This record gives sequence, C-alpha cells and structure tokens, in this order.
Amino acid sequence: MRKVYFDNVATTQPDERVLTAMNPYFREHFGNPSSLHSFGEAPKKAVDEARTKVAELIGAGPEEIIFTASGTEANNFALKGISHANREKGKHIVISEIEHFSVFHSARTLEKWGFEVTHLSVDQYGLVDPHDVEEAIRPETILVSVMHANNEIGTIQPIEEISKITKEKGVLLHTDAVATVGNIPVDVGKLGVDSLSLAGNQFYGPKGAGALYVRKGVRISPLIDGGIQEGGKRAGTEEVPAIVGLGKAAEIAGEELSSRGRHLEELRDYFIDRLLQEIEHIKLTGHPQKRLPGHVSIVIRFIEGESMLMFLNIKGIAASSGSACTSRALKASHVLTSIGLPHEIAHGSLVFSMGAKDTKEDVDYVLEELPPIVKRLRDMSPLY
Amino acid sequence: MAMYSEKVMEHFQNPHNVGVIEDADGVGEVGNPICGDLMTFYIKVNGDVISELKFQTFGCGAAIAVSSIVSEMAIGKTLDEALKISKEVVAEELGGLPAQKMHCSNLGTDALHEAINDYLKKQSKKK
Repeated sequence: MRKVYFDNVATTQPDERVLTAMNPYFREHFGNPSSLHSFGEAPKKAVDEARTKVAELIGAGPEEIIFTASGTEANNFALKGISHANREKGKHIVISEIEHFSVFHSARTLEKWGFEVTHLSVDQYGLVDPHDVEEAIRPETILVSVMHANNEIGTIQPIEEISKITKEKGVLLHTDAVATVGNIPVDVGKLGVDSLSLAGNQFYGPKGAGALYVRKGVRISPLIDGGIQEGGKRAGTEEVPAIVGLGKAAEIAGEELSSRGRHLEELRDYFIDRLLQEIEHIKLTGHPQKRLPGHVSIVIRFIEGESMLMFLNIKGIAASSGSACTSRALKASHVLTSIGLPHEIAHGSLVFSMGAKDTKEDVDYVLEELPPIVKRLRDMSPLY
Repeated sequence: MAMYSEKVMEHFQNPHNVGVIEDADGVGEVGNPICGDLMTFYIKVNGDVISELKFQTFGCGAAIAVSSIVSEMAIGKTLDEALKISKEVVAEELGGLPAQKMHCSNLGTDALHEAINDYLKKQSKKK
C-alpha cells in the first residue's frame, strides 16, 4: 500500500545528508563542547559552524543565534525573556489571536505574572491588519508577537508592514517563524523583526534543535539558568548532534529553497483545485495565495475530522485536523474559530501539509481515496 | 489509530445498523454539532421488544463505534433491559475507550434511551 505523509507541519523527515552529518557527533565526537581538553574541540567547532549556517539562512549574525531544544522553547524564551528584561519600560504585550499555543500560553503565564496582553483579531483568511497593531500599541507596550505563518491554515502574515509600525513606535517585534524558516525565504533584516523563532524539525532537520534569533542590542532574560553556554543566555550541555543536524538542514535549505517552494506551490495549487472540484460543500481555509507552499487546509461539511483521519490512516495517508475530537481538550481549534468558522464546520477540518519529496502521484492517491471516505461518512451523518 | 482498541476499529470500519427508519416507533437525537457529536437513533418496537434499530452519527471514531455497538446490544432486548444499558457496559464491550472519549459512550446510551422515551411518550398519547 502506498504511504503518503502529508503531515509535515507536525514534523518533517530528516534529510539523509542531515543524518550523515549528525552521526559522528553521537560516536567519535561525543565530547562536551565546553570541555577544555581535545574531546571538546570537534563538538565545539561543529556547534559554531552550525550557528553560522543558521544565521546565514535568515540573514543574521552568528552571535544573534541562541540554540534551544525546540520551536516551543524558542517562543517561550522570546515572550518571557524579552518581557522580563524590558519590564521597566512597560508591561503590555500584543499577540495575534491565532498564535501557536507556545506563544498563546506563554502570554497567559505572563498575565499571571502581572503583564497585560492584547489579542489581535484576524480576518476570515487569518490575516492580521497592521492598522490593528498600530491601534493596539500604547506607551506601555514593550513587545508585539505575530507568527510569520500559521501551521493550521497556512496564512502568511504581513510581518514587514507590521515591523514598520513597531519600529516607528519603538516597540520590539518577535515572530514565530517555525513554519516558514527553511520553507520560504526569511530574512530578519527584510522582515524587520527584533526576534524570531525557528525549529529544525520543520525543514528536514532533526527534532531537538531550534533557535531564537535575538537582534544585537535587544535585551532578553535567560529562561534556563546554569552554566555559560549560548553566551550565558541558555544554559545546558548542547545537544550537539541535533544542532549539527539543524545547521546542515539550514545549509541545504539555503540551496534548495526556491526549487522546493516552486515544486510545492505547484502541487498545492493542483491539489486545491481538484479538491474543490471533486468534493461538494468544501471550503479552503486560510488565504488562497498568501500561504505556505505545501499547505492545503479545508473544512468538509457534515462530517467530522477524526473519523476522516482514521479512514485516511487505514489507507496509509497521514494528515491532521483542527476538530475538537482530535484535541485532548475536546475543543475545536482556536484558529478556526478565530477566522469565524462556526464550531460545527470547524469540526470537519482537514489539514494536508506536503513535503519536498512528495509527488503528484501522492496527491493523486489522496484524491482517489478521500472522496469515497467523505461519501461514506456523509451517508452515515444525520446532518447530510 | 493507536488509542483505539481492535473492537472499536472493527465497529468504526464496519458499523452495524446504519440508516434511517422512516416510520420509526421512537426517535432519539442527542448531542450537538457544536460540540462535534450528533447521534440519531430510530427504533421499531414489537410488543415490548426492540425489533429494529437504525442510527446516524456525526462524530469521531469513538462516536461511530459506540453507536454501532449500542445498536447491536439493544436489538432484541426489552425496553426495560435496553434502558439499563449503561455507558460503562458499552465501553467494556468495546474493549475500553480512552478517557477523553468516554463521553461518546454516554451519548450512545442517551440516544437509545431518548428513542425509547419518545416511543413511550407516543404510546401514552394514544391511550
């Protein structure tokens, strides 16, 4: 049976070249980069090289890159660390309504710590209006955080326009670019951000390595205290193999970004066209053009997401959903409700995120298997 | 799906008694598409035994499996016996359900009981 992995926003398959680069750092070069003896040399060099490669990918300086264990940690670090370090200036933070939980819940924790948080609403496509950012900023605002692209609906935000406003107002801007770095061109200078999160497992690197970009001069308090790794900003023995993998993935992304993007955009648009043609009562969520290259998110009426995922899984197809039943909390995705979808429609959500190696044959296979699944569930549904 | 038992997967893939009964003796509808679950049970009653049962469900894998197994458990039972079918028994019959899916087994038994109560109400109106 054909196996199709269309859940790349969950995690991507590490590139073979990444695995090859990582291996020696599990075996011969197992030392601690901070060790003064010879066993620390190669690991230290490797971490420095990885840092340079990641910096290059996003147009930053190596000293502006702090390695973390994940995109989630990078987001926690950005929100809590920047807020804490700048608390004398003010205690108001602005985030969008559709941020990833690692930003959302970090902000909630900040509220418990005495900060005030404003949530910006989004339009039907999930877009933040830069004008709303302007309205939300007050004299005591110290940080704005808007994700570069949303993993559930694929929409890419106007970060550049938003940065013009934050610069004018003297407020720091952070962006969760976990879904974009390595998948579309990301340049911190061009975007105008003061801080940015990224994660290796989103662009064919390993799990266990992410990074936070912090522009030189921006104050940030460490989240994790201890030794003096990462310039004293993030303690803990470095996960050398994962960091090396992240660096290699960054290097490869730098070379292959445009071809990846073109290939995935073509597949995506073909997939969307066919879906909208072949299945009735279906709607694309997120912006039709300003969206991640391999991302197809839809809502299918009268049936529920988890049951669709189960049938797809039986056919070897991996996808995701924002329905309540697929969440531990039994709540429909906050992203889908924020873009104005009624709950009963949000429950029919299906998210396909394709990867660089996926082909038209993979898409055609899904197009073959999905309509009968939809029909089967609709025949069973009291709503149809 | 790793969290579901074999029995649940069986009932999910091959649910028994899916459909509608046009001239049903009792209809029970519970749940709410807003929460993500809706079950409608149709029964035909012969004497005091459930002779036929059909259902329609909008919901997750557990919801579909529960509807199927409740329908199996109820057909051929007397109304009293059917009213006693509890969510714990249903979950047991299915080989267990993940904690966050237990509410689905609740819904299944509620839909059955609603259908029976609907029938009883209609009967008392006739008298």
